[in-house]
Amino acid sequence: MKTTRLNIQKIRKDFPILNRKVNGEPLVYLDNAATSQTPKQVIDAIVDYYSNYNANIHRGVHALSQEATDKYEEARHTIQQHFNAEKAQEIIFTSGTTDAINLVANGFTEFLEEGDEILVSAMEHHSNIVPLQMLSERTGALLKVIPMNIEGELLMDQYDALLSKNTKLVFCNHISNALGTINPIEQIIRKAHKVGAAVLIDGAQAAPHVKADVQELDVDFYTVSAHKMCGPTGVGVLYGKEDWLNKLPPYQGGGEMIAEVTFEKTTYAGLPHKFEAGTPNICGGIAFGAALDYMNAIGFEAIAAYEHEILEYATQKLLEIDNLKIYGTAKNKTSVISFNVEGIHPYDIGSILDKLGIAVRTGHHCAQPVMDFYKVPGTVRASFCFYNTKEEVDVLVKGLKRAVAMLK
Amino acid sequence: MEIKEIQQQIVDEFSMFDDWMQRYEYMIDLGKSLPLIEEKYKTEDNIIKGCQSKVWVHAELEDDKLVFTADSDAIITKGIIAILVRAFSDQKPQDIIEADTQFIDDIGLKEHLSPNRANGLVSMIKQLKLYAVAYQTQLN
Repeated sequence: MKTTRLNIQKIRKDFPILNRKVNGEPLVYLDNAATSQTPKQVIDAIVDYYSNYNANIHRGVHALSQEATDKYEEARHTIQQHFNAEKAQEIIFTSGTTDAINLVANGFTEFLEEGDEILVSAMEHHSNIVPLQMLSERTGALLKVIPMNIEGELLMDQYDALLSKNTKLVFCNHISNALGTINPIEQIIRKAHKVGAAVLIDGAQAAPHVKADVQELDVDFYTVSAHKMCGPTGVGVLYGKEDWLNKLPPYQGGGEMIAEVTFEKTTYAGLPHKFEAGTPNICGGIAFGAALDYMNAIGFEAIAAYEHEILEYATQKLLEIDNLKIYGTAKNKTSVISFNVEGIHPYDIGSILDKLGIAVRTGHHCAQPVMDFYKVPGTVRASFCFYNTKEEVDVLVKGLKRAVAMLK
Repeated sequence: MEIKEIQQQIVDEFSMFDDWMQRYEYMIDLGKSLPLIEEKYKTEDNIIKGCQSKVWVHAELEDDKLVFTADSDAIITKGIIAILVRAFSDQKPQDIIEADTQFIDDIGLKEHLSPNRANGLVSMIKQLKLYAVAYQTQLN
């Protein structure tokens, strides 16, 4: 087994919340796929903003407004560099991944018509399904599903068969929130482009674990949420190729997205402001930049290697429990383990673990079609971050054994 | 026994345990001893809305008293409905309508449940009372 290059105990000191107790027990936080915890460097950035330069941006002539504008645009630049976007205006601040996906799905309304097809993978969460169903209803375009196998891997030969000149859009997550599968997005993008389709990759679950290079991927749209990568809630990003963003109509009206307004006609601002109506989440954007700085200082390669180590350790330990079944056993997966213990409802396991201070997710993980595929009402999901330890995995396994003994 | 007395009995039983793990264990045991609903009554109509896990409740009038049977696919939820069935089953509909549910707070049950389950608990109480109202209307 690989030796870690991360100093986990030092990293854990950056996260004040990891010191707290829950139900009288030390917190073991394993719900990172839902939201990750926030280091004090990011909390400090939030406190600094509200303590020193809280002001509205872009239009103020006063000093605070200028400072806030500079920091906000600096954060955009940090995000641009992180994802290697060609231009800063290709980075659109949104309220999160769901908002970003809706922006694109809405924008495509005028580009689709009956006979067109949209492909979506079978392992999506609802945010990557429902906006497409709505788009399909508005336009008459047909929504088709790229199937997966029992291991939770997309069937790429069936993807090939689904692609045609009618395919106009392909939506797929980079990493599945319910299964942890890392999808072959390079292939998905390349093949879609061959038939002239645009591709949106939902990177919400991937961005905390791997560094995506949007130019290298040649992806048309890529979405992320700050709160899954040590940043605050309520802010995220849509990356879009400049050409596409110029073509898509604005999603919402008002605020910074206008160039000129008269009662007869409004002209729109250029990118990125065209898609940033109203006062944005200024503090959130700045703190997102701080979160990326924090994660980059640790290093994504080291993060990925360590998390893989934790995944392997946890998988091996969990499988020692009788009648435990893991859903999502793709060869290429990240630090998410979705499981059930035969004859026990996932909610019951989650409730007992909570009493022991262990935070896991239970339910359908906003991915009901995935649960339907496996014919289960839901699963227990333990999802790991770079601040988790093998000792915490041991606490989970011990807690789980206790829960199973109580519940069976 | 009157509803109030049964409720007090339940509060007394729960107060014997030192911590919430023991109370959970007790609740699970109660769930296991719940008078089960007949399979034919496990219908969509009998599912209580607002529970994340499935809960079925059936009510039947025996003489002038309402008898509840129930089931759930999650054992802790089954324990919760078992407590409610014990408190309200085999009682006159009017008494069920008038009964208060302070005993739930006295046990501390609501505060020790996840928000989802606490909402489910409220829905379960509401459903039992709705059955009572419906049967009381019939009796009138």
